[in-house]
Amino acid sequence: MFAALGDETRLAIVARLSTGGPRSIAGLTEGSTVTRQAITKHLHVLAGAGLVRGVRRGRERIWELEARRLDEARRYLAEISEHWDVALGRLKKFVED
Amino acid sequence: MNTDRIEKKILLRASRSRVWRALTDSKEFGEWFGVKFDEPFTPNKPLRGTLMPTFVDEEVAKRQKPYEGKQFDIVVAQIEPERLFSFRWHPYAVDPAVDYSSEPTTLIEFVLEDAAGGTMLTVTESGFDAIPIERRAQAFEMNSQGWGMQMRLIEKYLAHDVRVAGQG
Repeated sequence: MFAALGDETRLAIVARLSTGGPRSIAGLTEGSTVTRQAITKHLHVLAGAGLVRGVRRGRERIWELEARRLDEARRYLAEISEHWDVALGRLKKFVED
Repeated sequence: MNTDRIEKKILLRASRSRVWRALTDSKEFGEWFGVKFDEPFTPNKPLRGTLMPTFVDEEVAKRQKPYEGKQFDIVVAQIEPERLFSFRWHPYAVDPAVDYSSEPTTLIEFVLEDAAGGTMLTVTESGFDAIPIERRAQAFEMNSQGWGMQMRLIEKYLAHDVRVAGQG
């Protein structure tokens, strides 16, 4: 999943779905220099990692975020970040005493 | 949203050489981190550490107790005197049933700079994007049972004692 986010276009897609809500590919391509084909390809990578999912609505597919997995990714880093806070707190005490 | 890297900055009221020793003398590192290394840090040489309670804080030591004896490996990358110390490890690699050796590592870098009143230490850990999903989930599970919960208990203590800023 982390690898799936390690690309600027994919991050932009996720950001867009996150702020603008679910959208069609046309909605995601709008105002972007990236082609529709490229966006589609990126969406499939993100879907493969469980970060987004496409729901068929009439003739088009609406893409939305899988919020839970994104939360997990953020929480994972938050946990590790917390470990460092605590460890550095001990280092501080160690060198300042 | 950066999922690959964590960055921390902390002002330590101690000289650069004092901080340097606390980081690069494997015995001193072990005392504050809560790990025992039997050998000095040497670039490119894998070194096994054994988790043990820290000597620095009794309260924390008590909470680390359940993890005592768990082992993990690091490989020191760079040692540039009083400026940069870095090593690689497998984050959360403390499950004895798993062989982590073929998996990607994260890089931990400690960078020292002079600052008014002491030494500015910047710690970054990077490379999380390459860590397999299942490891992340496992670490996460461990956390909710152990470390994470324990660490929150001392957040209060940290809030008074430490100013840690910056997060990637």
